[in-house]
Amino acid sequence: MAEAKEVTAAQVVTLKPAKGWLGIDLKELWHYRELIYFLTWRDIKVRYKQAALGITWAILQPVLTTAITSIVFGYLLKVDSGSLPYPVFTLAALLPWHLFQLSLQKSSISLVGNANLITKIYFPRVIIPLSSVLAVLVDFGISVILLFIAMAIYKIPLTLTVLWLLPLTLLTVIAALAVGLWLSALNVQYRDVQQIVPFLLQIWMYATPIVYPITIIPEGTIRYIYSLNPMVGVVQGFRWALFGGAPPDMTLLVSTAAVIVLLVSGLFFFRRMEKTFADVV
Amino acid sequence: MEKDTSIIVNGIGKRYKIGAFQERQDTLRDLIVNQASRVGSWFKGGAPNRRYENIWALRDVSFEVKQGQALGIIGRNGAGKSTLLKILSRVTDPTEGYGELRGRVGSLLEVGTGFHPELTGRENIFLNGAILGMQKKEIAARFDEIVAFSEVDKFIDTPVKRYSSGMYLRLAFAVAAHLEPEILVVDEVLAVGDADFQRKCLGKMGDVANSGRTVLFVSHNMSAILRLTQESIVLDKGRVLMRAPSAEAVDFYLNRGLSKMGERFWEDDEIPPSSSPFKPVAIRIVDKVGQVSDSVRAVDPITIEIEYELSEGITGLRVGYYLFTTRGEAVFTSFDTDSDELFREYTYRPQGRYTSRCVIPALTLNEGRFVLGINASSYRIKRYFQDDQALSFSVDASGAPGTHWPEPRPGAVRPALDWTIEERGKA
Repeated sequence: MAEAKEVTAAQVVTLKPAKGWLGIDLKELWHYRELIYFLTWRDIKVRYKQAALGITWAILQPVLTTAITSIVFGYLLKVDSGSLPYPVFTLAALLPWHLFQLSLQKSSISLVGNANLITKIYFPRVIIPLSSVLAVLVDFGISVILLFIAMAIYKIPLTLTVLWLLPLTLLTVIAALAVGLWLSALNVQYRDVQQIVPFLLQIWMYATPIVYPITIIPEGTIRYIYSLNPMVGVVQGFRWALFGGAPPDMTLLVSTAAVIVLLVSGLFFFRRMEKTFADVV
Repeated sequence: MEKDTSIIVNGIGKRYKIGAFQERQDTLRDLIVNQASRVGSWFKGGAPNRRYENIWALRDVSFEVKQGQALGIIGRNGAGKSTLLKILSRVTDPTEGYGELRGRVGSLLEVGTGFHPELTGRENIFLNGAILGMQKKEIAARFDEIVAFSEVDKFIDTPVKRYSSGMYLRLAFAVAAHLEPEILVVDEVLAVGDADFQRKCLGKMGDVANSGRTVLFVSHNMSAILRLTQESIVLDKGRVLMRAPSAEAVDFYLNRGLSKMGERFWEDDEIPPSSSPFKPVAIRIVDKVGQVSDSVRAVDPITIEIEYELSEGITGLRVGYYLFTTRGEAVFTSFDTDSDELFREYTYRPQGRYTSRCVIPALTLNEGRFVLGINASSYRIKRYFQDDQALSFSVDASGAPGTHWPEPRPGAVRPALDWTIEERGKA
């Protein structure tokens, strides 16, 4: 057997009552990067195990939702989608929305779902909602290919602005994580959160210009208040990056600011609640 | 902290609020109702009613462990062992006090943590290794060793949900055992697998303890404590009662912690909420004339009575005991519905108060001290209650077969057996 290794000062762990509001420890998070990777990988692997259609679901879900909304809103209600065919118009918004929705659903129940880990092993708890959000990105990546296929079918050309999808996707993930931090920590204490999330998402979806164009929201103050919903900026950004037209300017700025506020407050709230997770969950 | 000190714990305490979380403010409605009634009582001028009480699961616990030392932690259920280990493995924060640990801490608080039933054995080794704090390359380097140790090589690419429970636990222990932390915290892993595998686990633990690593070892298995640790601390009601060389600590624990009256009653705070609807009341040793006694004679039948209450009926309940020597070796296990008749009669045991009574026939046990552990469970459904050190008692062998030779006889039993001697003529 190997002899005991030299113990460096960095490995000294201090046990003491946690006090006050703690910031996030990025260095520690980096140290645990492999755990983030493995938990993400586990979530991806497990999601479609024993499903006959497997990962095809990542494509079927947006296809089906697009079909339903196109029939109800595009064909029956004749919602104005400007110069774009309605299915492409709504699919471009449904993709980031699905990413957000699924991430929020998964992350809000993630801590309770991993109670056995939390009560037995130490690691920064933020890894759990983080990895459940990251796992959803794989589905998203697959569904983006679908979008490009749809655009080819409708003969809509891609331009270089398509590269904006990367920061916009990042913004979506951060928005989902920010809300997920709040909800997952609350769910440890109050299981009501699980019941609320589906309604919250339903309301949220109608508060986002997915099935309708943003132009029906009056410009000025009301539009800015509306843009406090982070997904407004994201969806507008997606449409602009893919189809051109007016850049989302202020909408996107307001939405980004809202995400930052949600994320910072979410991190602090999460860190504050973290100490009691193992005792309460 | 001195250089060769591995763990320092100074005045650590952990307080739990009972009531606030358990009597359930667990829904927003309860929270709102409670807050409203609290505001209401302010208006009435009364103090806000706090409906919880504080329980100190651990109080004033201080000790040090030198690098390379193996320290045992013993105490009965609810003494605070698990809380202490949770604090040391940083799963939960102490309410007060201070501690320092030098080096990577690996904890084996119940093996198999993080195993996912849908993933294969191979996938779970990597996942579990990462959860326990190993780097990917470390796991890859030890992969073959882990598989060999677990003895599940043929099924390594099968989802673990198809494993038998023995295979599952062996694989889980194998991963955990190949973690190489400077400080290893171990809780009750030895209840894993068959006797052979247990021996292997103990051997592995011994290797770890002998390789300069610091080990904290919590177990109900006194012989394992004696074998793997030099020193032990005895915990009782959240406090450290003593720290001494393990042999001394084990003796102290077995003789003090357990009643010397031949009878043991369970206090409410010794019964975990999970045992409901089963509630143990008492266990006692009764001698031939009906007296409760700590010391019985091997030449008389010995009666063991387990008294308990069921707040609801239970299907398939069996109540029984394990008989151990004070060194932790099992002598036998017996349940009240072992016989076919009682098994059929008590398929369902309705709510009520019961006494299950068992007679150990005369001339069964050897002289010495024995420990009774109790178990109330429904096979494969639920273990309601278990206390591995419920009661101890002494057996006096005088008059038993062979006692005309005043020598100690090895073995836990001393049955009267039929011998015949046949004389077959002159040699």
